[in-house]
Amino acid sequence: MLSKRIIACLDVRDGRVVKGVKFVDIVDAGDPAELAARHALSGADEIVLLDITATHEGRGTLIDTVRRTARRLFIPFTVGGGIRTLGDAEAVFEAGADKVSVNSAALRRPELIGEIGSRFGAQAVIVAIDGRRNGDHAEVFVEGGRKATGRGVVEWAREAEQRGAGEILLTSMDADGTRAGFDCELTASVSDAVQIPVIASGGAGNAAHFSDVFLRGKADAALAASIFHFGIADARVLKEQIARDGVPMRLPC
Amino acid sequence: MIAIVDYKAGNLTSVVKALRAVNAHVTVTEDPEAVRRAEKIVLPGVGHFAATQFLAERGLKDAIADRIKAGVPFLGVCVGLQWLFNGSTEAPDVNGLGAFDAACARFDEGRKIPHVGWNALSVREDSRLLAGVPTGSFMYFTHSYRAPVIHDTVAVTEYGGHFTAAAERENVMGVQFHPEKSGVMGLRILRNFVELPC
Repeated sequence: MLSKRIIACLDVRDGRVVKGVKFVDIVDAGDPAELAARHALSGADEIVLLDITATHEGRGTLIDTVRRTARRLFIPFTVGGGIRTLGDAEAVFEAGADKVSVNSAALRRPELIGEIGSRFGAQAVIVAIDGRRNGDHAEVFVEGGRKATGRGVVEWAREAEQRGAGEILLTSMDADGTRAGFDCELTASVSDAVQIPVIASGGAGNAAHFSDVFLRGKADAALAASIFHFGIADARVLKEQIARDGVPMRLPC
Repeated sequence: MIAIVDYKAGNLTSVVKALRAVNAHVTVTEDPEAVRRAEKIVLPGVGHFAATQFLAERGLKDAIADRIKAGVPFLGVCVGLQWLFNGSTEAPDVNGLGAFDAACARFDEGRKIPHVGWNALSVREDSRLLAGVPTGSFMYFTHSYRAPVIHDTVAVTEYGGHFTAAAERENVMGVQFHPEKSGVMGLRILRNFVELPC
């Protein structure tokens, strides 16, 4: 049976992990390569590296970071943040990423999805959508959730699929940072609207929240940016707890 | 030396890296002569079945067929496995190698397509490629088309019915999943291939 995926996310600025994880016996808790390898070892099903470097100079550092991180990883590895052109994507793939995640740039120029997909395959393109509720519908936001676009989340997810996206990474801006649980309703509405897998993000606070977004939210995967902040030793323990709720997990891992 | 055949369909970085991690000497090539000189051949693939047309156009298909006949170990990954079959409904005008006498088809509707993520294998114990890989091992898949279960199937996976996750007949081998992305067990499979006698 196809298992649901737990994806560990590393937020990276200027080559350093800026938030996320704290392992007791790790030499350098801010090194993305070391942390990614550690996550993979502890049972994460995939790694996402999200570059939040704001400056142009930082982009060169990113490619080096991707290369160093990919060298030790033998599970799927996605890189997102600031990928605006096919050239940006090519550089990241060449450095060892398996997938890229595009967000604002795809909204500005949706052809980008198809351009990356036809060169590297649809499976290599994740469209990231930041959604915020507005009454009974959810609206797409860009620029880290600061700017409204007027587009509906479900409608944009459908278009992204038609344009060749391989997966949707859906972040609920309302739930993000609350640790009160994922927005299962929003996740289910997107998952029902598209055939491609949907990765849920935003709001994880405990293992039950993950079970909930898989069972009720119909998510195919869930992003865990900081699962280790709330007292869970590693991905394996998290997955064992989720599996007890009847969710198929890759175990042993 | 293992020849990794580059047919311009996607990113070969991961396959190269994983084979090197299990101590293989590899060369990435689109030159049929380099393929003929190789001790082993790997045909990776992410992308569309139509991309395999490149193999016939560049003389790579003949080179691979000749070497397979000569007993050289061959491993196809993802589309590289599907290419070992007669063809695929993804590109009906493009012929596969026909080493396995069946055709690939799209997953039936009624579930998410593509099939993306970690799914378990049921393994036939006489497989050389899957030696040491127990039934229940999870591998990473990403595909919309799949090969049916045939006589030479050595591992099946369930997704709306069983399909061929791995096939093997003497020196001809293929896997639908991505061993280069399947953690320790995936590397085990690549090591098995690398360590096969030439």
